[in-house]
Amino acid sequence: MQPTAEQRRWMYRHMVLSRYLEERIEALYMEGKTPVFNMAKGPIPGEMHLSNGQEPCAVGVCAHLTADDIVTATHRPHHIAVAKGVDLDAMVAEIFGKATGLSGGRGGHMHLFDGDVNFSCSGIIGEGLGPAVGAALSRQMQGKPGVAVAFIGEGAANQGAFHEALNLAAVWKLPVVFVIEDNAWGISVAKQAATAVPRNDVRAAAYGMPGHHVADNDVEGVYAAAGEAIARAREGLGPSLIEIETSRLAGHFMGDGEDYRPKGEKEGLADPIPRYRAALLEAGVLDEAGDDALVAEAHERVEAAIRFAQQSDFLPPEAALETVFV
Amino acid sequence: MTTVTKSASRKLTIARAMAEATAQEMRVDPRVFVMGEDVGPLGGVFGNTRGLFDEFGPERVRDTPISETAFIGAAVGAASDGMRPIVELMFVDFFGVCMDAIYNLMAKNTYFSGGKIPVPMVLMTSTGGGYSDAGQHSQCLYGTFAHLPGMKVVVPSNAYDAKGLMTAAIRDDNPVVFMYHKALQGMGWLGTEKGATVAVPEEAYTVEIGKAAVTREGSDLTLVSLGAGVHHCLRAAQALEAEGFSAEVIDLRSLVPLDRETVRESVAKTGRLVVVDEDYHSYGVSGEIIASVAEHPGCRLRAAPKRVAYPDIPIPFAPTMEQWALPNADKIVAAFHQMLSES
Repeated sequence: MQPTAEQRRWMYRHMVLSRYLEERIEALYMEGKTPVFNMAKGPIPGEMHLSNGQEPCAVGVCAHLTADDIVTATHRPHHIAVAKGVDLDAMVAEIFGKATGLSGGRGGHMHLFDGDVNFSCSGIIGEGLGPAVGAALSRQMQGKPGVAVAFIGEGAANQGAFHEALNLAAVWKLPVVFVIEDNAWGISVAKQAATAVPRNDVRAAAYGMPGHHVADNDVEGVYAAAGEAIARAREGLGPSLIEIETSRLAGHFMGDGEDYRPKGEKEGLADPIPRYRAALLEAGVLDEAGDDALVAEAHERVEAAIRFAQQSDFLPPEAALETVFV
Repeated sequence: MTTVTKSASRKLTIARAMAEATAQEMRVDPRVFVMGEDVGPLGGVFGNTRGLFDEFGPERVRDTPISETAFIGAAVGAASDGMRPIVELMFVDFFGVCMDAIYNLMAKNTYFSGGKIPVPMVLMTSTGGGYSDAGQHSQCLYGTFAHLPGMKVVVPSNAYDAKGLMTAAIRDDNPVVFMYHKALQGMGWLGTEKGATVAVPEEAYTVEIGKAAVTREGSDLTLVSLGAGVHHCLRAAQALEAEGFSAEVIDLRSLVPLDRETVRESVAKTGRLVVVDEDYHSYGVSGEIIASVAEHPGCRLRAAPKRVAYPDIPIPFAPTMEQWALPNADKIVAAFHQMLSES
């Protein structure tokens, strides 16, 4: 399955958008956290998990989705949220904890919910699996179109929830796709030290579903595998599993010293964005002027979202008591 | 005080009342469906989905694999996508394998979405012992669930309330944990409490979640309990009446929201409080009720309050040990006698 020129530019544009968003978040996150790193300080307190390097997973999958389709994402959600079309202003405002944020600041960067595009994420490993299966069940029972995609990391494939969810989805032949972003690290523990099989896509066989493997963080490889899996789900043929070799270019979270990474390992990882840019230029899908315009537009969009967040107020503290129940 | 109208003389067990409420809501609302272990052709291990499979079929009454994490998580996802699932955790003791789906997903998604993505689902689960099933199948864990914010918790003591609370729970836009005590289910093989099988109207009705009931009026002592404990209290009240004391019995019915006002009003009248709870003694419902009375500026207790609760031990198998540890009417009467001797 080949993406169209328009889809290629869409994927590239959303990678650029996500990356620039995270570069700006990174800078803003560090405000107030130097010289002594204190997670509680600065305009963006708390944990911050950047997805730099993992953008191909998000865009290659979401290129096949509409707002109606459901996505559950992980504690490292920004690239997926951007690709799924989550309202950028409200998302950034949420990351700042502001009143105009997706949930008025109750959730923060690990708990982003945008019902308009059926996006949610969670801070607990593997937690999006059950809800994705349930959303797929909901569509199947209601006879409504739509597939659900659960993004997880490779570490989550060792959670009980992973095996329960895959089995349940297969037993009920649900329109759901499980996408593993294999960045090779579960915080500080290497994949090979934690996982009994070198590749998680082989685990699909245990649940009678197709397993796909995408090597080398390849945008169009993700696009092809996801296209096949999502088409299968839409046709009512049941779930699929995809594992994507991707790259965690940053630490597990900001402030992570990453002493556990072997020397040169991170430096050896290719940044997927310049690589895809070069491929698109060479294919004639993009020219330099077009790229400049696309990048400038992405930067402008991100800056506007950041301004929106910075200019927004916080909810009064006692608003913490609201929305426990509806 | 809540009064209930019993328009029918037909008596139902709690199990049948739950199934009837579920069937009635399923008939009028296609979004309602049931899933869990053995809820299909078997009709639920404790009878509370009996008849549903025959009427609604395998699409809407789904037997699941033994995968509580997946199917409770799936209920959250389905509820967030416009369905109204009723999901069963067969024994509350099994919460250990799936609590993440319950308290991190079901109970928090509404809040973390700023109230924009409600999670209208019912998690029904059996509680209680007394039949030598030991400590992995006999707990109540009322306090555990009520402690964690984001889910309503109801505990019926009789079939009338069970039907009304179930209907209310299904119609509620929030997650509701429906905890039914095995000894009240009318299953026969579980030592059925006769007082739980009461007249139940055939038409659909709701019992408001968050409202306690004054099950028996009295002036000398307030007995507060829930689930099976209500029946111990009623027996104790009868025994105390023979001694010339008038005990008021309050059935909490809901733990979240908790009707503190009804308890306080009663204690303001009687000045004496005994809380009866089959859940563990410490950090639970009994402590919460006593604190709710004691911290109120209008508190006028004539005696130090007492609690008759399960000791802080895992539940033993041997009937001699288990029955010794469980609350009963004699212990409630004894607690009151001690209270009198102390004041």
